[in-house]
Amino acid sequence: MVSLLDIIGPVMVGPSSSHTAGACRIGLLARGLVGGTPEKAKLELHGSFARTGEGHGTDKALVGGLMGFRPDDERLRTALEIAEKEGLDYRFEKTTLDENAHPNTVRLTVERGDRHAVMTGSSLGAGRVLVTDIDGYPVEFTGNSHTIVLVAEDVRGSIARIAQLIADEGLNIATLRLTRKERGGDAFMVVEIDESPGESLRDQIRALPWVRWAFRLDKVSA
Amino acid sequence: MYKSLADAIRDAEARGISLSELALETESKDQGRTVADIRNALQRALDVMRGAVAQGMVGDLYSASGLVGGDAAKLRLGPAGPLAGTPFRDILARALAVQEVNAAMGVIVAAPTAGGAGVLPAVLTGLAEARHIGDDALVSALAVAGLIGAVIAERASLSGAEGGCQAETGAAAAMAAGAATEMLGGTPSQVGHATALAMQGTLGLVCDPLGGLVELPCVFRNATGSAIALTGIELAMAGVEFKIPVDEVIDVMGEIGKSMDVRYRETAGGGLAATPTGRRLAKERLVQIKRS
Repeated sequence: MVSLLDIIGPVMVGPSSSHTAGACRIGLLARGLVGGTPEKAKLELHGSFARTGEGHGTDKALVGGLMGFRPDDERLRTALEIAEKEGLDYRFEKTTLDENAHPNTVRLTVERGDRHAVMTGSSLGAGRVLVTDIDGYPVEFTGNSHTIVLVAEDVRGSIARIAQLIADEGLNIATLRLTRKERGGDAFMVVEIDESPGESLRDQIRALPWVRWAFRLDKVSA
Repeated sequence: MYKSLADAIRDAEARGISLSELALETESKDQGRTVADIRNALQRALDVMRGAVAQGMVGDLYSASGLVGGDAAKLRLGPAGPLAGTPFRDILARALAVQEVNAAMGVIVAAPTAGGAGVLPAVLTGLAEARHIGDDALVSALAVAGLIGAVIAERASLSGAEGGCQAETGAAAAMAAGAATEMLGGTPSQVGHATALAMQGTLGLVCDPLGGLVELPCVFRNATGSAIALTGIELAMAGVEFKIPVDEVIDVMGEIGKSMDVRYRETAGGGLAATPTGRRLAKERLVQIKRS
């Protein structure tokens, strides 16, 4: 359903909702996967991101997002200089990902402390984004909801246990998707939640012995 | 939100309410937010629009490529033309101002998109200032613009990559024409005619930015789009009716967009982007960005 406020908005730093606002949101989601501003980031630009990204400030928007700047933050304009001062070691490469990849796609490899994550995201237009891959697991989420991503050993009852923890917090699950690379292999879980989950939920999930890691990604849409 | 402007006009007229009241009430039901909350969000958008106009009028902003910038200030300070001293000239300056801010990575409201972000602020704040119209009426006008934009999104497209520039600055002109017509006291039916009259003037408009950047001709398309919006408003307020119903004009905009060659849909493969000078400038300026 189209909302009036989607049409009159978002408030954003120009010049392009897909190449700037969307790129910033992808950066914000990748930041969430390492729990803060990464120390090191490799950004591989595909398609139109590679061709016209610099002129649209896609590079600044992605790096700004990694530092936690939102699409309407004027610091995006000088994000590359700020990153150098803050010690975020970033590197851009132009690449051709999958032939079928959306034209505005980037693969980010981010490191912070002992955390390391690889995420692929596309900017679909009007600032809307889609994450399609995390650490080799095919996923599909938009950042329009608060999202919890986690990797767990493939144990029976894991979904029920996670769903119970979320219900106990008084939160409502919007979607829950599970993928795994092979039978008996680790399971990758993406849970979209209507309300903002607190740190305590993430900590409870992390405390489960069969959960390898879990992160809370704040909603990136307006 | 409504999927037909004709339905919205019929409902508003049957109930004796304005299109903005109808749009706010519908949005409130759809999204589970209070009307006051939605009006606050629109007020924030209006504040950002005004800020962008003011910022761009100064004339010290240039895009990364240097292809655009400084032209809004020329209209404000430069030699007089036939429209000197009129709201028309002021509105053209405002449209350039917002788009120059956008190209220079300043803060704007994508309404409906970043590439078409100059038209609504220019037409609405320019006319409101000329006629001493307050923020309440401006916020209501933005609700009407949102309603028209939602119908266009539903029936056609708001993306240059999908529908060419007619779907971005063309849609912006149609939204601004309808919104300003209510703000100036037009009836819901006049809002519909203003929307249709503006949109018919941009049908077929291609999206052909140099180097694929939201700069040239985008900045100027926002000025010409504003002029087309003013035409729609002036004609509709005078009682001119457009014989093709507004929903059909919107539908055909979508159809034209679908049949448009991919060269004319934001790929920089055709139109002004593919002229000898367009290609040369894009090449020179893109190289310049990498060096800076």
